[in-house]
Amino acid sequence: MIVEIGHFALVLALALALLQSVVPIVGARRDDAALMAVGGPIALAQLTFVGLSFAALTYAYVISDFSVANVYENSHSLKPMLYKVTGVWGNHEGSMLLWVLILALFGASVAVFGRNLPASLKANVLGVQGWITVAFLLFILVTSNPFIRMNPAPFEGQDLNPILQDIGLAIHPPLLYLGYVGFSISFAFAVAALIEGRIDAAWARWVRPWTLAAWIFLTAGISMGSYWAYYELGWGGWWFWDPVENASFMPWLLGTALLHSAVVMEKRNALKIWTVLLAILTFSLSLLGTFLVRSGVLTSVHAFATDPARGVFILMILCVFIGGSLTLFAARAAQLTQGGVFAPVSREGALVLNNILLTASCATVLVGTLYPLALEGVTGEKISVGAPFFNLTFGPMMIPLLMAVPFGPYLAWKRGDVLGASQRLMVAFAAAIVATLVAFYLTSGGPVLAALGVGLAAWLIVGAFSELVTRARFREAGLATGLRRLAGLPRAAFGTAVAHAGLGVTLLGIVGVSTLQVENILVMTPGQTATIGRYEVTFDSAETRRGPNFTELVAHMTARKDGEVVAKMDPAKRLYTARQMPTTEASIVTHGFSQLYVTLGEESERTDQLVVRMFDKPMVTLIWLGSLVMMAGGLLSLSDRRLRVGAPKPARAASAAPVAAE
Amino acid sequence: MAMTRKTRRLTLIGTVGVVLSAAVGLTLYGLSGQIALFKTPTDLAEAGAEPGQRLRLGGLVKDGSVNRGADTTVAFEVTDTVNHVRVTYTGLLPDLFREGQGVVTEGVLDANGVFRADTVLAKHDETYMPKEVVDALKAQGVWEGDGAGKPAAATPVSAPATSDPAKLTN
Repeated sequence: MIVEIGHFALVLALALALLQSVVPIVGARRDDAALMAVGGPIALAQLTFVGLSFAALTYAYVISDFSVANVYENSHSLKPMLYKVTGVWGNHEGSMLLWVLILALFGASVAVFGRNLPASLKANVLGVQGWITVAFLLFILVTSNPFIRMNPAPFEGQDLNPILQDIGLAIHPPLLYLGYVGFSISFAFAVAALIEGRIDAAWARWVRPWTLAAWIFLTAGISMGSYWAYYELGWGGWWFWDPVENASFMPWLLGTALLHSAVVMEKRNALKIWTVLLAILTFSLSLLGTFLVRSGVLTSVHAFATDPARGVFILMILCVFIGGSLTLFAARAAQLTQGGVFAPVSREGALVLNNILLTASCATVLVGTLYPLALEGVTGEKISVGAPFFNLTFGPMMIPLLMAVPFGPYLAWKRGDVLGASQRLMVAFAAAIVATLVAFYLTSGGPVLAALGVGLAAWLIVGAFSELVTRARFREAGLATGLRRLAGLPRAAFGTAVAHAGLGVTLLGIVGVSTLQVENILVMTPGQTATIGRYEVTFDSAETRRGPNFTELVAHMTARKDGEVVAKMDPAKRLYTARQMPTTEASIVTHGFSQLYVTLGEESERTDQLVVRMFDKPMVTLIWLGSLVMMAGGLLSLSDRRLRVGAPKPARAASAAPVAAE
Repeated sequence: MAMTRKTRRLTLIGTVGVVLSAAVGLTLYGLSGQIALFKTPTDLAEAGAEPGQRLRLGGLVKDGSVNRGADTTVAFEVTDTVNHVRVTYTGLLPDLFREGQGVVTEGVLDANGVFRADTVLAKHDETYMPKEVVDALKAQGVWEGDGAGKPAAATPVSAPATSDPAKLTN
């Protein structure tokens, strides 16, 4: 009964979404306040019904109701409760429901937090949100209904794919979707602006917090997914340039560009047309990502769907939204007047360079991801475009961008002074040289690229923070005044510095692990000790154990560094009984920022031998810690007073932000 | 020195041009050299391969062909049931590498016709077969429909209770 209520709630949500997609927009056209005001309550009601529907499906998973086909296919009565719940979105139908739930959540947030938006803009934004919701609710109800019953009901379920039975799955997809779907708000704002044919700096101020929030979630989702793949798949890699990863990385690249171009628009009223186009393209790439992952075009871990009807449906959604919004853009873009002019060397110029490089590198990722599909579609020839291609194309595009990052905040608006900025960056430059030399010395003349990479990372980190120090004018004003000035800087300035430094931290991790990692694969017998990098690992014994829904072969090992015991390690090979599916459970010891990573291979000819793969991964955790720092920067920026949408404006903010008064 | 509107525009166009041509150049170079063509054992038997050319070889792991050496080197044969190619690989095999299962290996064919793989990809779960392998087997006419290549032992004990098994092997 509860399952049927869930189904019914979803149908009601579709009806509401249809209303939402028509009424507020008609209201905005006729300038009818009553019709425009309908959007908000509908968005809230829609969130309620989609939430109800999601709760009903979760309930079916929790009580293991195997009469529901979706539960039967993806759950098992013995599965731990946490994975029963996370299993709700560990499959195609459930994850699409989560997608729509998050879409409804964002729609409702605009309704709640968007109180200070002009009525017509808010109505149009909610209307556009309504179109997206209609499309995806139809997709679920027509092709991917999670509430289909089975008769007779089976006694036991088929269990969830064991790779997905992990805490990572509890967090990764919701975060990723919060990012993907969050960009729908930027898209809706862009399309609403095109419908109105009017756009100003205030528009950028309203869009920025939503874009920033989506960007923070997407950053979290991508880095979480990267760490999950790293420890769960047992391959020891943290990024595979897999099409599914690229699908989430492309919106991140363009979303990052959008964040920066919106700054220019907000402060200088320039780059309007470009910002609107970026907002459309970013969400288009989110939709493309959804299509690639959900249609089964690519067959990989994430592609649960193999039904072509679904692929065609999402492709239609893709064409309608991307084609429609770009057509609207082409028709209306000329009406959007361009604002402030600026010299090529200026803050605006630096942000334009950022946009050009990010967009071009995103395009290379797009080509590498779609080219094999296109080639196979046209000629039937099959190729694989893997890491070598992306390292060759994406890497060189990133280097000038990373080198330019510290200059940006030092350049003045309208017209900047490269020479002055360079002089102020002398400290960062010195730090970079020292870091390069130290790295070169420590690796005893090791790979030059590694040393240069470390230098670039130091350049980013020191360069980011030296800007704050310069702005606080410590040198002229002394420590006390300097600190007071520092505390008085807007949070957004700290946000920029922290996010840019986070980029440096991630780069440091990437350079460290890709140039200094040591790998060893060998056959071991109990009692044997092997050396890996800075560690010695002893294989003590092996045993077979039973878990709730798996059996496993565990190897007990002791890791030592300079003769002292660092950790006990228990890598394992698991066999999940319901699906007869083996998985590798890596054992990972974190030591400072480095990790020792041990996995088991197949049993050798003799049963007392095991194939063991060991990695010493220096600085690897910095990759993900850096993304946490970037997110912290985003949060700092989001907490900046001037971006708090809906908060009552104190008098002080009004003088600090004259643009809002327009 | 004040810049005219025209110089400003030219600078912008120039920058975009430089970055775009760098991106296009890198992409074209990458696509010409850094990609791997997919071949079946029959393709190799008929046309061979240029020495040193990176390839992806796909097919089924031939029954009884897996030979684990004393160290971590493994030798096996990849077959499309018509022709087969000997493959050597040093390293850990994927969790679902089994005889009779679909596999994609990436590497280089040596002068003796042995494929030296540096990467071995197997299915991620028991219902997934690498797409290239499915297509190649279909082209050879030996594809046995969805679920083919799944050994009896790997079938879940609880048999599907609906009349539409295709829906359940999602």
